[in-house]
Formats: sequence, C-alpha cells, structure tokens
Amino acid sequence: MTEEKSELQNNKSSTDFATGAVVGATAVVGVALWIQIVIWVFIVGLLALVGFGLQRARNPMAEVGKPVPDFDLVYYEGYQYNDTPQMKLSDLRGKVVVVNIWASWCKPCEQEAPDLEEAWQLYKDGGDVVFVGVDYVDTPAGANEYLTKFGITFPNAPDLQSNISSILNRQMGVPETYFIDREGILRQVKIGPFTSVEEIQSIIEGIK
Amino acid sequence: MKRQLPISNSQLLFVALLALIFANFTSAAAQTRVPTDDEVNAIARKLYCPVCESTPLDVCPTEACHQWREQIRSMLSEGKTEDEIFQYFEQQYGARVLAEPPKKGFFWLIYLIPPVIILAGAVILLRSMKEWTTKTEPVESSETPAAQDDYLARMEEELKKQK
Amino acid sequence: MIPEFGYGVLAVSFFVALYSVGAAVYGAQKKSLAMIESARRAMLLLFPLITISAATLIYLLVNDHYEVSFVYEVTSRSMPTYLKVTAWWGGQAGSLVFWSWLLSAFASAVTIRKWERDIEFLPWVIVVASLTAAFFLGLTVFYENPFMRFWSMNGSVEPSMFPPAGATLFTPQDGRGLNPLLRHPGMVIHPPMLYLGFVSFVIPYAFAIAALITGRTDDRWIRLTRRWTLWAWLFLSFGLVLGGRWAYDVLGWGGYWGWDPVEIAAFMPWLTGTAFLHSVMIQEKRGLLKQWNMILIILTYALVIFGTFLTRSGVLSSVHAFAESAIGPLFFAFIGLTFISSIALLIWRWPLLRAETEMKSMLSREALFLLNNLLFMSVLVVCFWGVVSPLMSELFTNQKITLGPPFYERATAPLFAGLMLLMGIAPLSAWGHSTIQTLGRALWKSALVAAAVTAVAYFTYTSNLIALIGFFLIAFVVLVTAQEFWRGARARQSAQHENFFVALTRLMGRNRRRYGGYIIHISMMMMAIGILGIEIFQAETQNTLKQGESLTLENYTITYREIASWDNNGAGVNYTRAVIDVQENGVYLGKLTPRIDYYFDSQQNMTIPGQRSTMRDDLYVLLVDWQPASADGATFKVFVNPLVNWLWVGSFAFLAGVLFAAWPDKDPAEERSHTRQVAKQPSAAD
Repeated sequence: MTEEKSELQNNKSSTDFATGAVVGATAVVGVALWIQIVIWVFIVGLLALVGFGLQRARNPMAEVGKPVPDFDLVYYEGYQYNDTPQMKLSDLRGKVVVVNIWASWCKPCEQEAPDLEEAWQLYKDGGDVVFVGVDYVDTPAGANEYLTKFGITFPNAPDLQSNISSILNRQMGVPETYFIDREGILRQVKIGPFTSVEEIQSIIEGIK
Repeated sequence: MKRQLPISNSQLLFVALLALIFANFTSAAAQTRVPTDDEVNAIARKLYCPVCESTPLDVCPTEACHQWREQIRSMLSEGKTEDEIFQYFEQQYGARVLAEPPKKGFFWLIYLIPPVIILAGAVILLRSMKEWTTKTEPVESSETPAAQDDYLARMEEELKKQK
Repeated sequence: MIPEFGYGVLAVSFFVALYSVGAAVYGAQKKSLAMIESARRAMLLLFPLITISAATLIYLLVNDHYEVSFVYEVTSRSMPTYLKVTAWWGGQAGSLVFWSWLLSAFASAVTIRKWERDIEFLPWVIVVASLTAAFFLGLTVFYENPFMRFWSMNGSVEPSMFPPAGATLFTPQDGRGLNPLLRHPGMVIHPPMLYLGFVSFVIPYAFAIAALITGRTDDRWIRLTRRWTLWAWLFLSFGLVLGGRWAYDVLGWGGYWGWDPVEIAAFMPWLTGTAFLHSVMIQEKRGLLKQWNMILIILTYALVIFGTFLTRSGVLSSVHAFAESAIGPLFFAFIGLTFISSIALLIWRWPLLRAETEMKSMLSREALFLLNNLLFMSVLVVCFWGVVSPLMSELFTNQKITLGPPFYERATAPLFAGLMLLMGIAPLSAWGHSTIQTLGRALWKSALVAAAVTAVAYFTYTSNLIALIGFFLIAFVVLVTAQEFWRGARARQSAQHENFFVALTRLMGRNRRRYGGYIIHISMMMMAIGILGIEIFQAETQNTLKQGESLTLENYTITYREIASWDNNGAGVNYTRAVIDVQENGVYLGKLTPRIDYYFDSQQNMTIPGQRSTMRDDLYVLLVDWQPASADGATFKVFVNPLVNWLWVGSFAFLAGVLFAAWPDKDPAEERSHTRQVAKQPSAAD
C-alpha cells in the first residue's frame, strides 16, 4: 500500500493528472464501471437541466422574426371575436394581430387603455387587423371593472393558466404588446405602455 | 254569536305555510354573512401569489393579491369549499399558485423520487457497514488512539469502580 | 478619475491572479521552489490590491457619486452613511467584489507563513484559490463592473466603463436607493456572514484537491483545515440564523424560514458541512471514511458555488434572487468545470482512499455517525430535489410549479427527529464497540425522565402528537448530554480530589472539541424548542378596527388607540404609526407601535411589527399596508408565537459552543504530544 503510494507519488505526480483523469474515467483505477457511468450520467444530466433552466430564464419561447407558437383564446363574455367564444391564435392567420397583455391591477396599463381602444376603432372596420387583449393573472370582477371603465370593445381573453404569457413573455410584466404579422411571425414587441395612438399606428402600418 | 276569524282554516294554513317558507329564506340570508379575514387567510396562506416570487397569498401586499383575497372572500360567501377554490385558482393561474403540485401524472414522480433515493442510500449504507464489520466475538475495545480518549477511558473506569 | 483608478486596480488583480495560477502549476510541474514562491507572493498581493479597489468603491458609495451606475442603483442621498457602506454588498457587482476580497483575505491567511512541512500542498492550494479568485474578479472586470459610469449621447443614457465617442458624463441628482427591506441591521450582517461561510469553505476544498492531486490522501489535509472548517461552518450557521431573524423582524409574515429556493441553496452546504464535521472525526479516530470525507467536502464546495449561481442567474424564482444578468452562463461554465474536475480527481485517486481499519460493531459510535451522515444526506436529497423539480417540471411538462413548506416539512420532519434521537444515543456509544446492553444501561434513566416530562406536557399543555414527540426528543438529548458533563466531572472530581466546578471546568478545558460539541447540541435543542413552539402552536388573526375597538387572540387583547402619519424628508421616508394597548388576561401590559415606512425613492413599503417578546411567547402585531390606515379603520394582523425566543437565545448558546470548541485545548500534556506529532517546523496549521 505504501509502495503503491510512493510510486504513484513519483510517477503520477501532478504532471500527469490530466492523463490520470482519462485513465480514471476508463475504469482502470478501481471504481466499478457501472458506478462511474451513473455518476457521469447524473452530473451531465444535472448540468443539462440547469443549462436548460438558464436558457429558459434568458429567452422567451417566442422570438422576434420567428413564428409564434399557437395558443388558445377563451374569450370573456361580451368580448368575443366574431361571436366565437373560443379559438386559437392560428385561426387569425392572414390578419395582423396585436396582442396586448394587461391586468386590472396594473397602473401603467391604464395609461395606454384609451389609446388602444382608439386605435382599435381606426382598424376594426378594415378587417385585416385584429386587437386581442390578454388579461394576465386577474380576477373576473377586476377585469370587468377595468374593461367597462375604459370602454374597451376589442376582443379580450383571460390568460388561463398563464399559458399565453409564458409563451410570449420573457419579462412576465404588464403591459406588453406583441405584434404578429399575417404569416404568424412575431415582428415587434413593445414593453411598457404606449405613449400615443400614433405610436401604435406606426408599428401596425410597418407590418401590414 | 260565536266570534270567528275573518279567514277560513285553509286560508290560515296557507298563510302559515307561506310564513314558514319566508322565515327559512331570511334565516338563510342571515347565514351568508361576509367571511372574516381569518377565514380568507386560512385559505390564502396555502396559495402563492401568481405574480410575486415565492410569496404566500395571505401576506403579499400588492393590489393584485388584495384582489385575489377578495375573490376568495366572495367565493367563500357563495359557499364554495376550500378544494373548489384551489381548483379555481389552478385553472385560472396555473399549478404554480398551489403550495404543492397536484398529485397527478408526471407530478407523482416529484413525490416519489426522494423516498426512493433515501431508501437506496440506506440500503447502500447497510451493505457497506456489513462489509466493514467483522463477525468475531465483540471484545472490549482497548484501543485508545488519542490522549483524550485515554483520559476518558480512565474516568469510565473510575465510575465503574464507584458503582 | 477615481472610478478609473478603482477599475484599473481590479483589472490588475485579475491578471495577478491568473499569473499566480500559472506560476503555481509551472512550479509544481518543474518542482521549482522559486516559481512556487513567486506564485505565493502573487496570491498574497491580491489582498492589498482588492482592498484598494474596494476602498475606492466604498469612497464612491459614501460620497454620492451617482454618475457611477452601481452607486446610483444602491444608494441615495437619504441613506445614512453606515448603510451606504453596507450597500457594497447590496447589489450584484459590489457583492462579487466583496466575494473576491474575502477570498483573497482567507487565501492570504492560509499561505502567509512560509510552509516547509506541507510544501507539496502549497502550489495546488494556490491554484484552486487563485483560480476561483480569478473567476470572480474576471466577472467583475468584464461583465458586472461596479465602476461603470453613465454617459449621455444624443439624448440617451448608457452605462459603460470608458466613454463612447462624443459622449459626456451624466450625473443623476440622486440615487435609487437600497431596497427598503435591506435597510435593517440584520441586512448589515447577514450577507457578510453567509459570504464568510461560503468563501471559507474554499480553503478545505483547496486542501482536499491538493491532497488528491499529490496523492497525500492521509488525514493530513483534514488536520490542517480542521479549524477553517469549523469557522466556515460557524459563519454559515450564523448567516442562516441572522437571515431568519431579519425575515422575522422585517418581512411581516410572522415567520423566519419560508423554504424559499435561495434559502435552501444556502442551507444545503450547511447540511453537508455538518455531516462533514462529524465524519472527519471517524477518519481521525478510526481511519475510516477517507473516500466519503473527500466526497463530502467536494459536495459542500460544489453546493456553495451552485447556490451562488442559483441566486444570481435567474434560473430560480425567489424573493432573494438578484436580477438576472449576463453572468449566468459563465457561472454555469465554472460549475461544470468544478464538478467535472473534482469528480475526475476523486475517481483517479479512489484506491488510495481505502480504509485503514475495520468497523467492529453496528452500534459503535462510528456506525451511529454514519447513520447521522445518512440522515443529513437524506435531508439534502429532499432539499436538492425540491429546488430542481420546478426546473424539471418546466422542461417536461411546460408548466411552472411551486414547492412550498408542506412538501419540505413533511419530508424532513422525520429525518430531523431521527437526528435528534441520534444526538441522544451517540454520545453514549463508544468508538469501536457498543452493544444494545451497554447503550441501554447508559440511556434508560434519561429516556425515563424524558418520558415523564412528555407526560407532564401531555396533561398540561397539548395533545398534539408531533409536539409531544418533539418534547420527548429534546428532553432526551438535553438529559443525555447533561449527564455526560455530570459523569465526567464527578469522575474527575474523585480522581483529582477537586471541587465539582473546578473539575467541570478542567474537564471541559482539556477536551474542548467534545464538550464544545455537547454545548452545541444543547443549544440546538434550545433552538428546537423555539421551532416547535412557533411551527405547531402559532396563532394568528386579522381584523379591521376603528379607533377604540379591540381584538383578542389567545390571552391577549389589543385595543387600537391612535394613529399618526408624518414625513421624514431627511431620510426620505413617510411613517404611519399606530399605537395600540396590550392586555393579557385583563392585565394592562403596555403599548406597541406597529409602523408602515414608505420610502419615496424606491416607492416601496416596509412594515415594522410591534413586538412584545418573552421566553414564553412573542406577541407580534402588524399594521397591514394593503389597506389604508386611519382613525376610521386600520387593519391589524396579530400573531402569538409561543416559545419562539428560544430560537434566538439558542443561537447565542450555539455561538458560545462553537467558539469553545474551536479554541485550542489548554492541556499541557496534549500540547507536548501535539508538538511531538507535528514536526518542529511551522506548517500550514493554525
């Protein structure tokens, strides 16, 4: 045992520890191969998982320039699109879709609500632009109060299970607005409230 | 002449029946009183704020959480049970508002894996210990490697002598 | 000019650290003592350099230099000077510099004396320490730079170290100020304590890696770092307790531990650290568990880095998390490197770590210590799994989940109970050999008295089963441990014919590690009393009161008397303070003044509870801040937390115990034998 030790000390001194690592990994050095495999699989798996988490934290699922993954819209009573209570985002293909994420407890959302409604009035008759409001983690009572207060008429749906916001929304904040073109590609993202109707218009015109 | 009530017996019965029905209604209305803060909190503390990070719903100070607690209050006054309220919150906001993932599907793994790993660890330990222990007759340990234990071993002897 | 100076010094220290790594590796390869010495000197140079850079940063913080973006983010004119200093670790960039500073201090403390006896460890200790320092310094020099300044150009303002072409310096009038939750004395000490704990674990880890690389896998590396490990563990423990106290005082939910992922990230290295403290004793006494001790120290350090990463990368959602930033991927790479290289080294040297002796009995002290380790590792498994599960859920089901207190408490309560049981049995078991009979004989009296205490609790206080089991275990451990003091002192008393107290003092003085350990066990039982009290018997209520109205909870009645609201413009705060009368069973006790502090600069509230603390319980009253508070109605949330102050008092006893255990033994005979064992030259030992 001591001979082995001193031999190792003389030969496999620090100079060879890289070689030693490789040798170790090939199970010549007394740890059963199956145990080594388990250990390495676990470590690699853990790193992969954490790496995934990191990537998720830094990037939303929807990226500008890429198609937006599909999601369900289950409209609020009285705020349906074309009198359809439920549809998917892909059903709106062929039109420019403006998805505005808001909440009744969000003060900055109140700033932009009148502008959004006004912009909607400009586009709703044209038929090729659709405004969809998505209500992020809200209560029906609060939502109702907000929508009535600002006289909102464009389609609105609650973000059930926070599904829509987790697809679109890296910041998980409100308000955020996502502009999707006729082919379903995400073209622009606006974080925070709009300052004017013209701002909304100029973005839409750029995508139409 | 005998005095008689201006209404007949059957009419009297009918009025009495109506009175009974109305009485039930008013007492029911008296029962739907506003749930207290404590009743709301008892449920809110088992939920998490959908917006803030890792904050239980009963202590979250934001306006949004206040609204959700009021939502719980109104659901309680409608007579909903705790489980129904949890279900509603889960449907509306996702599984993350619950203090534990629902026990279905993939989430069973989350509950089962720790006991499995711990048991595996215990098995490995027991097997290693069996490998290390010898089967010889237990002999009074006379090894006292460090000065400290030597000292204490002498004290143990002292105590035994005293007994 | 000053920010450039601070940054320049920091950048220089980064390169010095890199040089130190290179020189140490080269010196070890070529067996050149001169190169190794050069590496050592380079590493020693780090501490003065980083101190200068840190001092510069503190100067900027204290003197309202808001053109520096870090100063803008964490200070404001209304903050008192001491808080501006502590804002150093109040933000990501500054706290990274703090980490590097502590690391350079500890690495210097270890290597300041010239080593002759353990010279082969030196280059590898330098490599590990300097490489870690280089990593943290590199993060600050290239990514999270606390010396960046604001430059305005064409109407927009950008932070940057060096001015973009044509830009002018932009100096905001005032800073954003530290999050009000952090402006509390606890915040002054809690992060530094935790960082001290985390960073101190680098040293035993560095020695372990050095032992693996050089093949010196006897317990020399453990003896050299024994005190470091104890101090690291002390700081980490205290950091955790302080965090709990701060949460209790300031966060307003009447609790001290929320099983928040970042709390758990700091708790996990504590678990493995505690397991390690126990199992090194087995290696020293019986030559067993060399492999396991290596695993434990590598695991502890890996968890430290992993925890630091989780807090800062945005991977976990938590109230503690620093804002997500660019350094996540870098940390990830560093973790990968650390895990992989440590495991590879361990696998390479595995056969050298074979045990020297055999274990004789399943009830011997070493067997019970192994069981102790199993239980600690089991708690670790639960915690780790709880932290990682939400990630897995997102990956496989695309759904976010939360794992809250019910999950953790249900899983860890029986494990902690098992540990308490062991605390009662293991001191009575002998190294090498014990049987059921010897243990039974030693234990039965304590067990009986503990059962009696539990019976009393059952008839007078509660029939809650968990509480009763808890009381039994606490009483059992305290009795067994106290008995150890008693028997040892009595034996010494009759052997040396001393008075009892002298005997006790001398006994403890000659064996500080053992008796310090027993004091620590007793202090943990005091903390357990506090935890049981608040977890099982907490009562709460909430109600809106008009002035003059009362509410009652348990034996206490509080009556709402007054409310006042005023601004303190100097400190940038608006105070809303309610005055309430407290009565217990009709007897007037005094007034409490719960408060809401609103900070203008960060637009955030802080609720300060009114607390009345006794050993029996805490009366804890909050003025809730999501309802307006006025004479017409103020909403109060009241908690009665029985026994909770045992937790804080116990933590002081804990501190005393660790200090006692860490102090060198006084016994002259022991000193003589110690110097006989150790060579005459000074070594890396304390």
